[in-house]
Amino acid sequence: MKVRIKFAKSGAMRFIGHLDVMRFFQKAIRRAGIDVAYSEGFSPHQIMSFAAPLGVGLSSNGEYLDLEVKSHNGSEDMKRRLEEAMVEGIKVLHITMLEDGTKNAMASVAAAEYSVKFREGYAPDFDWPGRLAEFYQMPSILVKKKTKKGETELDLKSSIYRLWASGEGKDAIAHMVVNASSSGNIKPGLVMEAFLKNNGEELQEFALEITREETFTEAGAEDGHHFIPLDAVGKEF
Amino acid sequence: MGKLALKDEILLRVEKPARYIGNEVNAVVKDKENVSVRVAMCFPDVYEIGMSHLGIQILYDMFNQFEDVWCERVYSPWVDLDKIMREENIPLFALESQEPVKDMDFLAITLQYEMCYTNILQILDLSHIPLHAKDRSWEHPIVIGGGPCAYNPEPIAEFFDIFYIGEGETRYRELLDLYKECKKNGASRTEFLEKAAKLPGMYVPMFYQVEYKEDGTVLSMEPVQEGIPRTILKEVEMDVSNTFYPEKPVVPFIKVTQDRVVLEIQRGCIRGCRFCQAGQIYRPVRERSLDMLKKYAVKMLESTGQEEISLSSLSSSDYSKLPELIDFLIQECSGKKINISLPSLRIDAFSLDVMSKVQDVKKSSLTFAPEAGSQRLRNVINKGLTKEDILKGAALAFEGGWTRVKLYFMLGLPTENEEDIRGIGELSNQIAAVFYETVPKEKRVNGKVQIVASTSFFIPKPFTPFQWAAMCTKEEFLEKAYITRASIKEQLNQKSIKYNWHEADISVLEGVFARGDRKIAKVIEQAYRRGCIFDAWSEYFKNDIWMEAFEECDIDITFYTTRKRGMDEIFPWDFIDCGVSKDFLKREWEKALTETVSPNCRSACQGCGANRFGGGICFEKMV
Repeated sequence: MKVRIKFAKSGAMRFIGHLDVMRFFQKAIRRAGIDVAYSEGFSPHQIMSFAAPLGVGLSSNGEYLDLEVKSHNGSEDMKRRLEEAMVEGIKVLHITMLEDGTKNAMASVAAAEYSVKFREGYAPDFDWPGRLAEFYQMPSILVKKKTKKGETELDLKSSIYRLWASGEGKDAIAHMVVNASSSGNIKPGLVMEAFLKNNGEELQEFALEITREETFTEAGAEDGHHFIPLDAVGKEF
Repeated sequence: MGKLALKDEILLRVEKPARYIGNEVNAVVKDKENVSVRVAMCFPDVYEIGMSHLGIQILYDMFNQFEDVWCERVYSPWVDLDKIMREENIPLFALESQEPVKDMDFLAITLQYEMCYTNILQILDLSHIPLHAKDRSWEHPIVIGGGPCAYNPEPIAEFFDIFYIGEGETRYRELLDLYKECKKNGASRTEFLEKAAKLPGMYVPMFYQVEYKEDGTVLSMEPVQEGIPRTILKEVEMDVSNTFYPEKPVVPFIKVTQDRVVLEIQRGCIRGCRFCQAGQIYRPVRERSLDMLKKYAVKMLESTGQEEISLSSLSSSDYSKLPELIDFLIQECSGKKINISLPSLRIDAFSLDVMSKVQDVKKSSLTFAPEAGSQRLRNVINKGLTKEDILKGAALAFEGGWTRVKLYFMLGLPTENEEDIRGIGELSNQIAAVFYETVPKEKRVNGKVQIVASTSFFIPKPFTPFQWAAMCTKEEFLEKAYITRASIKEQLNQKSIKYNWHEADISVLEGVFARGDRKIAKVIEQAYRRGCIFDAWSEYFKNDIWMEAFEECDIDITFYTTRKRGMDEIFPWDFIDCGVSKDFLKREWEKALTETVSPNCRSACQGCGANRFGGGICFEKMV
């Protein structure tokens, strides 16, 4: 049986990289006594896969990992056991059961929503919340992207599904829903960099505090995108 | 959640910020208002090295079991953070509270190897604690050092308030109670240190005066006042089955060097190899009970979720209940996909059988440590391993499917001649030959056998029979390495043998510190001030600066390394009683020079003196 675990990451745990988060969960699952399935062969490992890696420094309210389990005592029991094995800064939010044949987490990822604040002292000089909508109206948003062969030009416009601002002054937040698939992943920093450049400013290092609010999969649509959170795919159990 | 000591911009700039945030599984956080004593436990190297050390896990757990004490951890900031901390004047902080080390009552630094001495100064400096003990006040923590290098603490004596000689489980409670009482009574720092100096196992350098002879050797080391003991006897935990051991070791987030649950199965070693300091200072041999080990194995795996468990001791094959323990572990672990790691095993039929059950034979290598290339030299060093043992073990291993062998040797052992060195090549070749004789061509999985021969350079250590030996010069070491390499190259099976040798420069320095005296302190400080830290790391080791520091301080390296010691010489460490008598060590040195072997503790007691502790193997019933 495959379960999908939704978790949040914040505080000091922002500085634990993706591979170490994986290792953390492997040990947590052992501590929790969850009946996880192992692969065959000489170095068996837990059958576990994560949806999308989260960069160091970002916090998140919508991370996902899929886990193959051999048996269970219901989602409440599993959630409680796993919660006891957590540390401050990683919180288990929700566990759902996936139907057989559901696409794995990583292959399912289509988009992600981010909220972006400027760190204290780093906010740009102009009224940026006011200018954000205008920026998004542009027919194309060109950025330079470094590749192995040098640099290419990339049009971000089609990869940004929503972009809006909320709040005022130093509490203002930029929100965006962007392509997060393995082939077309867009970093929120790239969007903000293009936005600032468009307004005559450079994006400083460490200027942004970024939170991934949710990770989405494509629910299928003939007319445009219909994104649903990854944990809307499975069922309660 | 508590605030982090380092702001985001710094954590995002440095390598592996996880080194500095604490918050690990099983890390202990207490309310500082509810404790009387705060201890910062320090391993003076980077987090990944420090977190691999079992001793700190044991003492961390012990201190935190005391309700009135909160013990936290601190490690050396890596070079990138070190630079930022100095530029921005950020004081060194402990991981659990993220608060400055300077605010703690004790800074306890473990001394596991000599090449971390400059990092000790880094830790003090970044903590804003005066480097010299004499300059400290009640504004600063008590700086205490312990561990194997505390058996010759003299080169770093100037930097410490106290040294704890011996095993840490026994005497800390008394020391902390004394501290609390002194604080309550408004005693001065010196008054506290004076009382501490009279506690068993405590060495307080400020109360001892060292005088030197014209030739530079020690004339005397005397207490400066009445009541201070002339000799300090090491502390020994005699009841190892019933003492502190962590049920919930701290689990790092990032990959560290030793990333597994460690079970220390016994202390001490019966073999008495003459170069080995650990084999002497951890006498008498004491085994932990099978019941205790089983209990802890289960608890530690449950509390950590670790995927591997390892048995730690100087010579695990000599643990009398090894078969039962391993059977238990295999039963516990195989269903749960937990790996079992068994280093320090003799290669024989039993261990090969065990290892084939717990390891992937095709991928792992077998390790032999002959240490010397000829039987003659192995007898000198009392390493009882014979060529027959090795070849027989190798044959069994190859039959069992192993294809990789590691061999460890030392160069520069006392009485070594060219024939001994060439023996390294010959022995490596004979092992390769055994492979080709034992395994028919069609069964050779990788085609060839892979033998890796490694040599390190012999460094005489205090409290060993070889403490009188002259160490080789750097040039002599390199010459020996060339002979080894040439000898291997001319073997029939040389294509199956790879040879690695160690850096000579760092060995020379280790040789100075190992048998150094108080005069060395200023060299260490000079090298540190000129930028030397992380000396154990080859990419940061600056030999040129060290050589200049010795010159600038007018200290002759050869006095400490290549000089042969007189049999009546007073050593800087003679004021310590390590449990084994100097007479015994002298006897062993003389036996070495006549190539005479000494049997192990279980076969025939050699009267080393450790039986005065009243327990351990000295009193085991002979079966």
